[in-house]
Amino acid sequence: MIISIASGKGGTGKTTVATNMAVSIGSDVQLLDCDVEAPNAHLFLNPVIEEEKSVFTPVPEIDEEKCTFCKKCAEICRFKAIAVIGEIVLTFPELCHSCGGCMEVCPENAVTEIGRNLGVIETGHKNNLHFVHGRLRIGEAMSPPLIREVRSYTRPDQLTIIDAPPGTSCPVIAAMKGTDFVLMVTEPTPFGLHDLKLAVEAVKLLGIPRGLVINRSDIGDNRVKEYAEKENLPILMEIPFDRKIAEAYSRGELIVEEMPGWKEKFLKLYDNIKEMAV
Amino acid sequence: MKELVVISGKGGTGKTSIMAAFASLAKNKVLCDADVDAADLHLLTDPKIKEHHDFQGGGIAVINPDKCTECGLCRDLCRWEAISEQFEVDSIECEGCGVCVDFCPEQAIDFPLKTCGQWFISDTRFGPMVHARLGIAEENSGKLVALVRQEAKKLAEKQNLNLLITDGPPGIGCPVIASIGGATALLIVTEPTVSGLHDMERVAQLAAHFKVPGMVCVNKFDLNIDQTQAIEKLAKEKNITVLGRIPFDSVFTKSMVQGKTIFEYNTKSKIGQAVEQIWRKIIESPVMNKKGDV
Repeated sequence: MIISIASGKGGTGKTTVATNMAVSIGSDVQLLDCDVEAPNAHLFLNPVIEEEKSVFTPVPEIDEEKCTFCKKCAEICRFKAIAVIGEIVLTFPELCHSCGGCMEVCPENAVTEIGRNLGVIETGHKNNLHFVHGRLRIGEAMSPPLIREVRSYTRPDQLTIIDAPPGTSCPVIAAMKGTDFVLMVTEPTPFGLHDLKLAVEAVKLLGIPRGLVINRSDIGDNRVKEYAEKENLPILMEIPFDRKIAEAYSRGELIVEEMPGWKEKFLKLYDNIKEMAV
Repeated sequence: MKELVVISGKGGTGKTSIMAAFASLAKNKVLCDADVDAADLHLLTDPKIKEHHDFQGGGIAVINPDKCTECGLCRDLCRWEAISEQFEVDSIECEGCGVCVDFCPEQAIDFPLKTCGQWFISDTRFGPMVHARLGIAEENSGKLVALVRQEAKKLAEKQNLNLLITDGPPGIGCPVIASIGGATALLIVTEPTVSGLHDMERVAQLAAHFKVPGMVCVNKFDLNIDQTQAIEKLAKEKNITVLGRIPFDSVFTKSMVQGKTIFEYNTKSKIGQAVEQIWRKIIESPVMNKKGDV
């Protein structure tokens, strides 16, 4: 089973829920941190990293010996990643979406593909928990291909927990698509509610069963609960605001390791998800 | 004209609340919400929409079943596996590269432009605002970000306003890159947590990569003084101006619930004083007073 954890708004507690649930379950579980722009799960797990791998996406390279400057490659490229000016071909690898159109269309076979570095993937473990995350290269714009690469580490025989990026556009879709359950995390504030609604629409579009965790549940107002009820979005857990929790978080500590009673709550949360995901 | 872009790396550090507080303080400015994915600034500024435009991203492949002979070439060429065995295009997966369109021997694939969001010019009680809404699960957020910034700039020029304050998205990817290119300066709002520090470092590297000067403030600083000091130390090492600290205070949430800025909620709060001081340092900073426009 694959559970993805998403939110719409950033900073609502996705990583807190993902890491604490994963550590509570403890074995036969993996955590994939797909928030490749701002990966934070490792700061709370302190996993032993066993392997680091660079990830590349194909971009064109032009063989000027073969090129006849016919411009077909520049014409097919919808992303303006190739320009032909007289007898000069310019490629703009950072604009390339790796569709391969230029290579297909070139009548002289003058286009080959080289790699543009997207970032790295690190894999490791914390005790029996398997850990994978991606770190987008600074200056790289496209996170979905790196997210998909992180997801390729999914072990079908295990429980997979995915820490998704915030937002509602292509990166979060890449992290949630094809998962069995989306656990949404929000806070009961106007921003939290507004972005939750957008995220719920995205999950509906993908047709995935979903549930809600309300973090800092005693701040703000009641509108998130009213919305959840109207939407039939089950509230699976509430985490009250507690300065001790906030301070533990600030130091990179897990609630389940620092405060009594929470491990049972996270295991209960997992039990509830298992029932709903079938 | 100058443009200050507020970003954070990590989400939920207080960007938009602080940005709205700046809206209360700043004069002669246009507000711009470049967090098109999960825009929230309008919840505090209550914009009255004056202009409404569709945003067209790229094209999207649509197979015409009457012309399609199911030869399968498009499925072979598509690197996103966006075309099903029934020869239907999954609009979420389609990257908009158009390779299938160009190679289809029957010319059976259309490539209509897709409306992937809206953008607005509005009036608020703080002055004009340009904002947008990207459709759910859409791509091209960077393009829409670039568009709202450009329109905000045009509006400022037209109305003779000399400042643009832009609320940026979290992260360091495509929409953030589109938010910061060519800006006068960045304000990085961070929080004293292991994540806040980690993500602030990445965003500081991004600012250096694109050569945009950065400034930083630490929100909720008293949650963890050690982390606050670590952030300030890192900022100095990275040549980022440290502007100040904002204490942890429920006034941010309470004013948000009422749809107000912190100054409208309480004229004399401690966080209000801290934000006012930070704002003064920003507008008096050398980088915001250098000659030359964005």
